[in-house]
Amino acid sequence: MAVIEFTLNGKAQSVDVPAEMPLLWVLRDVLTLTGTKYGCGMALCGACTVHIDGQPTRSCLTEIGFIAGREVTTIEGLSPDGSHPVQRAWQEIDVPQCGYCQSGQIMTTAALLKNNPAPSDADIDSALHNNICRCGTYQMIRAAVHKAAELQQALAYDAMAPQEANA
Amino acid sequence: MNSRASFSLDRRTFLKATTAAGGGMLLGYAGPSSAQLDSAALEFNPFIRIGSDDVVTLIVHKPENGQGAATTMCMLLAEELECDWDALRWEFAPVAREYGFPLQGTFGSLGVRTSWQPLREAGAKARTMLVQAAAARWNTDPANCRAEQGAVINTQTGATLRYGALAEAAAQLPVPEAVMLKTPDQFRLIGKPQKRRDTSAKITGRAQYGIDVRVPDMAFAVLARSPVFGGTVASVDDSEARAFPGVLDVVQVSRGVAVLATSNWAAIEGRKRLEITWNDGPNATLSSADITSRQRELVASPGAVARNDGDVDAAFASAATTLSVVYEAPYLAHTTMEPPNATARVDAAGCEVWSGTQIPGICHLNAVAASGLPPAQVTVNTLYIGGGFGSRGGGNVYSEAVEIAMQAGRPVNLLYTREDDIRQDRYRPASYVAMDAALDADGWPVAWRGRVSCQHFQELQDGLDREAVAGLADTEYAIANQRFEYAPLELDVPTNFWRSVGCSQNTYFAEAFIDEMAAATGKDPIEFRRHLLAGSPRLLNVLNIAAERAGWNSPPAAGRYRGVAAVSCFGSHNAQIAEISLDGGKVRVHKVTCVVDCGQVVNPATVLQQMQGGIVYGLTAALKGEITLANGRVQQSNFHDYDALRIDEMPEIDVHIVPGNEGPGGIGETSTPAIAPAVANAVFKATGRPIRKLPIRLT
Repeated sequence: MAVIEFTLNGKAQSVDVPAEMPLLWVLRDVLTLTGTKYGCGMALCGACTVHIDGQPTRSCLTEIGFIAGREVTTIEGLSPDGSHPVQRAWQEIDVPQCGYCQSGQIMTTAALLKNNPAPSDADIDSALHNNICRCGTYQMIRAAVHKAAELQQALAYDAMAPQEANA
Repeated sequence: MNSRASFSLDRRTFLKATTAAGGGMLLGYAGPSSAQLDSAALEFNPFIRIGSDDVVTLIVHKPENGQGAATTMCMLLAEELECDWDALRWEFAPVAREYGFPLQGTFGSLGVRTSWQPLREAGAKARTMLVQAAAARWNTDPANCRAEQGAVINTQTGATLRYGALAEAAAQLPVPEAVMLKTPDQFRLIGKPQKRRDTSAKITGRAQYGIDVRVPDMAFAVLARSPVFGGTVASVDDSEARAFPGVLDVVQVSRGVAVLATSNWAAIEGRKRLEITWNDGPNATLSSADITSRQRELVASPGAVARNDGDVDAAFASAATTLSVVYEAPYLAHTTMEPPNATARVDAAGCEVWSGTQIPGICHLNAVAASGLPPAQVTVNTLYIGGGFGSRGGGNVYSEAVEIAMQAGRPVNLLYTREDDIRQDRYRPASYVAMDAALDADGWPVAWRGRVSCQHFQELQDGLDREAVAGLADTEYAIANQRFEYAPLELDVPTNFWRSVGCSQNTYFAEAFIDEMAAATGKDPIEFRRHLLAGSPRLLNVLNIAAERAGWNSPPAAGRYRGVAAVSCFGSHNAQIAEISLDGGKVRVHKVTCVVDCGQVVNPATVLQQMQGGIVYGLTAALKGEITLANGRVQQSNFHDYDALRIDEMPEIDVHIVPGNEGPGGIGETSTPAIAPAVANAVFKATGRPIRKLPIRLT
């Protein structure tokens, strides 16, 4: 056992667990943040995707020891109230069916849009290739990623507007 | 085909006790669940509570697999109740006869079909009582009042009373015997796309699935089960497992050895360290090749007759041409994204189970049997379901969790890892069919016969499992002479329903063979079907619309090929046209045109989702799905060798819903059967070689 300190959803967090314990189970079973889902345990399905220092990462194969000093964001920390542009787009398109994979889909998409504010269908396919949805919401997901890009763009313009007015 | 609506109830009767299915659903509520009710709220019937604080709570008795049941059930109630759609609350029902126990659940694409009438009546009766209470308050005739947006309005004075202010008086009134329901032109919610009521919980991580349940003093558990079906534990050395940090206990139960720990990780790691010697039992050498050869033998002899129209033998004797084929479909696992799990607590207070289960009624019965407690001391809590597809109707997980909790003396959350899920599922049975067709001199079929061999989905009745031939022995095709037989295969491989059940394989057999019949004399596959479907106007109509939307009469782009399939199932009618190309030895599906007639639509947004989802589920199976056995063991274990369709393989799906007012048909399974044959027929067109075995392989 070792005390590991990191930043979780913007707050300092420390856990006393074996260093090789996967982040997924630390989140779910130790810290009771159950929004991040177990799907395969082999980084094959994407249900457990979180951000580590902003990068989309499969928490099921990420040892907690690797997390020391890093910043972890989970679905619970993406926005305080579901207002992140990706979440708003998912709400507007009504993407989820069973919903179980959607935390991972949303976290992967949020990371994609940070680096690529206007992804093509091919960009979306490539970023989300490793996120399985058995309910078959892929067509809705594609539409929602484009919608999220629009919403993010609108937010960016809104944020710019006062500065432009002052200039 | 409408007969399948009632047939579906029968085929799911895996319990003998069927008396309460759908019955006792309405009023006169005094069930075991009343203790859970908020005492401030007044119950008008099992489905509606209205508080003096004006909060309307609707009780959803169909578990939410993701198919939109929560929203759809609320729509049916709210349409007649005339409550405020945006303000209403809802919750899952407890287990009770009023909700259909023992077959209380979501299965058979029956959610809307069995709820359409009773839920609208429940809403209308409660509304009538509220209107009567308001009329009494105003000393006027109820005819002078109308209900709107959670209030009753006095049409003569304009006065308004909210439901909350009327609830107490209204709940005292006698329940009306009969009520007039709206006609479709009066619908406010039904037939118009409504946003799902579960989305916000599912995009924020707040939605609680069975796997997320945490109760005080709970341990996480995994169970080591025999890798060979029917095997047992010979001996176990658990010393290394117990030594792993976080492992709390190791207990032996009827189906194996359970490791309990402070986390799932420690439980999984502990299980790796168990030294178990298994008695493999009689299935130690069972392989897929053995199973196929047994099926081949079985179809060589007559089976139980499922259909026998006309004089098949005479028709074959005088046929101009005959075709003989063998088709095969493999075992399939369900791989719901949330693997099977259940949480159980058994103590002096009773037994409590938490799970995302399609059929809480079965879960309750399993928990009663496993705990040995009287039913009244057993509680089932229904949570969100991370995918069902037929897998979550019963199975071992509930009794395993209860047994482990009892052995260990503490609550447990039992998880199937993905490997457990794939190797210990109850599978869609592998099926094998020998079929022949007799064609006349013009190339039209005059006789069709087939003999199916697979394990049964359910108990045999007179040697027959209707589901094993569903989609083949009951097609709409007007072929005068038809005989279909079923030769049951008895094996210890556990089997189960799988989205669209028998149609998941038999519609492929039927629709791919129909294309072979058409090709035998150079007929267009759609023209061929039209000729045989003249007496089935609804199926013919969806076929014609699909042909038009997909541009069937104009050739596809170079390198593209189209295939069609059409089926009536679950009370609905569906035609699909797939457009594919062959890309480096792989089948690439570019577009699927899907036309569905499910009669009266409740939520078009849900129908759209289910059409897309059912196609993706079927396409995964058509292109990738195969569970095989060697040495008595399932050879697949995770998504690397039992893959699912990915977003970059997703075709564009064009869904068209035919408007109609016929009694609602099912939608949860309707679009799964046709996709495999539509794609197989497109590949046949591309290569000239029929696809007689799933999954589709080009070499």
